[in-house]
Amino acid sequence: MKQKIKPKVAFFDFAGCEGDQLQIANLEEKILDLLNLVEVVSFREIMKEHSDDYDIAFIEGSATNAHAEERLKEIRKNADLVVAIGACATIGGINSIRNKQNHDEVGKRVYGDNAELSELYISWEKAKPIDAVIKVDYKIHGCPIDRDEFLHVVESLVVGRVPNIPGYPVCVECKLNENVCAFERDEFCVGPVTRAGCDSCCVNEGTRCWGCRGLIDKPNEEAHMEVLEEYGLTPEDVMKEFDLYFTWQKEARENE
Amino acid sequence: MNEDIDINVEYLTRVEGHGNIVVNTSSGNIETCQWQVVEAPRYFESLVVGRNWKELHHITSRICGICSIGHTLASLKATEDAMGIKISRQDELLRKLALHGENMQSHVLHVGYLVLPDLMNVGSVIPLASSHPEEVNTVIRLHRLANDMSKMMAGRTTHPQRLIPGGFSKIPTVEELKDLKKKLAASVEDLTTVAELLVQLSPGIPDFTRETEFISLKSDGEYAIYDGYNFSSDTGKSDVHDYLNITNEYEVPQSTAKYTKNNRESYMVGALARLNNNYDQLTPLAKKVSEMFGLKPMNFNPYMNSVAQVVEIVHSVEDSMAIIDELLEKGLEPQKDFHRRDITVKAGTGIGAVEVPRGILFHEYTYDENGVCTKANCIIPTNQNHANIQLDMEKLVPEILHKTEKEIELTLEMLVRAYDPCISCSTHYVDVKFVK
Repeated sequence: MKQKIKPKVAFFDFAGCEGDQLQIANLEEKILDLLNLVEVVSFREIMKEHSDDYDIAFIEGSATNAHAEERLKEIRKNADLVVAIGACATIGGINSIRNKQNHDEVGKRVYGDNAELSELYISWEKAKPIDAVIKVDYKIHGCPIDRDEFLHVVESLVVGRVPNIPGYPVCVECKLNENVCAFERDEFCVGPVTRAGCDSCCVNEGTRCWGCRGLIDKPNEEAHMEVLEEYGLTPEDVMKEFDLYFTWQKEARENE
Repeated sequence: MNEDIDINVEYLTRVEGHGNIVVNTSSGNIETCQWQVVEAPRYFESLVVGRNWKELHHITSRICGICSIGHTLASLKATEDAMGIKISRQDELLRKLALHGENMQSHVLHVGYLVLPDLMNVGSVIPLASSHPEEVNTVIRLHRLANDMSKMMAGRTTHPQRLIPGGFSKIPTVEELKDLKKKLAASVEDLTTVAELLVQLSPGIPDFTRETEFISLKSDGEYAIYDGYNFSSDTGKSDVHDYLNITNEYEVPQSTAKYTKNNRESYMVGALARLNNNYDQLTPLAKKVSEMFGLKPMNFNPYMNSVAQVVEIVHSVEDSMAIIDELLEKGLEPQKDFHRRDITVKAGTGIGAVEVPRGILFHEYTYDENGVCTKANCIIPTNQNHANIQLDMEKLVPEILHKTEKEIELTLEMLVRAYDPCISCSTHYVDVKFVK
């Protein structure tokens, strides 16, 4: 990264709900701390000004068409560091559910008889995470991202440190929070194979882990075996049963 | 009269999602005047097909980050309608609090962070943080309160967890509710400050009117947000199950965005539509704030939608305090954490309609006997506003042609922004070619 007192940062969004950029507004008073650390030069959702001179680009959303690819390549050219934020950008997210549906059917369900009305409706057959299109330096996981983790990453990058993103599964945090295990409640949970860092926030609120932070790097070796063994499951069983967020990652694993 | 005008606002800023404004004139004749929507398609109605009923609200919540509580509730209501599930009065009240929290959060974000900069002649809220720290801090405090409330009801501020089919997985404690009521009461002072600031700035709100139709939920007992029937200012009431008769989605040749129409060529939904249709049911203080701006039904100035949002924030605060009183008077029925309703899965079709920040929202699902979704339809508020925005632009541009290109551009940007469009949700199926 260029040696500057205050790095210039820009935010961009692709196919997604913009809920990750919303978390920046949701920093509330801490936004002012953020503005002390970096200079925001482009953030379409909240500001009119725009500049192509930036050091760090934060990208939300999935890439779904050629126009997105073109824009992403331009961003990669301009930025020293590219950070993908949120599940749509880091792992394809909810968007990737359609990747295993028949693409013609997908179009018909939404457009009906007009599915092929115009080339304007064209979308890739698969929704892709950002690193399937351009090189991504760091990923801030989650749907949506965790505000404090976002601040941690920004603070780390500003001082040139590698951010600390957990590689262990959500079960570790969930056990510390002393939650009643979802399997014990007859729910299916992907906490044993999902990357931690969320403080098991969904289970804390009475539901289960849905997998939004993506698979841990080596599910077969690093899954939370204690929980799995107790309920007679393997990591593969878990991934097969429930893949709301994992479609892209599972396909990538199969192609390895 | 101006020389030729060529306005091409690609990716309008300070709105959620991607939209373009294109206006071209030649020798005083308008050649192009378009509101274009260029969001990438997301195909939600297909994503949910083949998925289990327990996951649907989790998936469709992702249609919109800003109104994820509203989408979750429309989704849950559709599923509950399909399977004949009734929820308790307590759960209904808690869901209303969740909706109020989200409406406040979204309205404060829109008025405070996105609209205020136009009225104060700056490009964003960022310079205001140093030039007007007190005002910005007031806005931040209100935003935080709304978010704290959303989190207390829904478990998370964005993409809720506690809201589940049949009720809640976890509910707030009596102490939390009491504390929330105190904070809401204390926020009235901040709200008054914001309202007074906006009254001072209100000469900057363009004076433009175009008669249109307003559609919202309406209820006999209250200012409708969670429940009620469809109501049109032109054609009156209808059952929510007949929503297709009032939305009538259609395609237009100059845009791939689906438009809707009922009695006229377009209609409007959102805060101004609700205020016009349900003014009498606003709380006393909300009415007082409305009077400060001279806003009363029927108001046909779309720019006043932002003012209607301020009125609704006040209404949400007062109504939430009344809801908390009702909950506490009855005594909160205790519920174990990790609660789950026993639900008998059955085949059927159900509709859920709620008022979300940007207007009336419909979800409709069909399930098979295993509770697997076979068909879905979601009609989103901003989608219903696109035709109205287009027709406003067509009437507005000739009226302001004498202004400079820069002024015209700003007036048009402010128009679209006033609708608080949530483009990524309205057009989860739309893409448009760029006009350069």
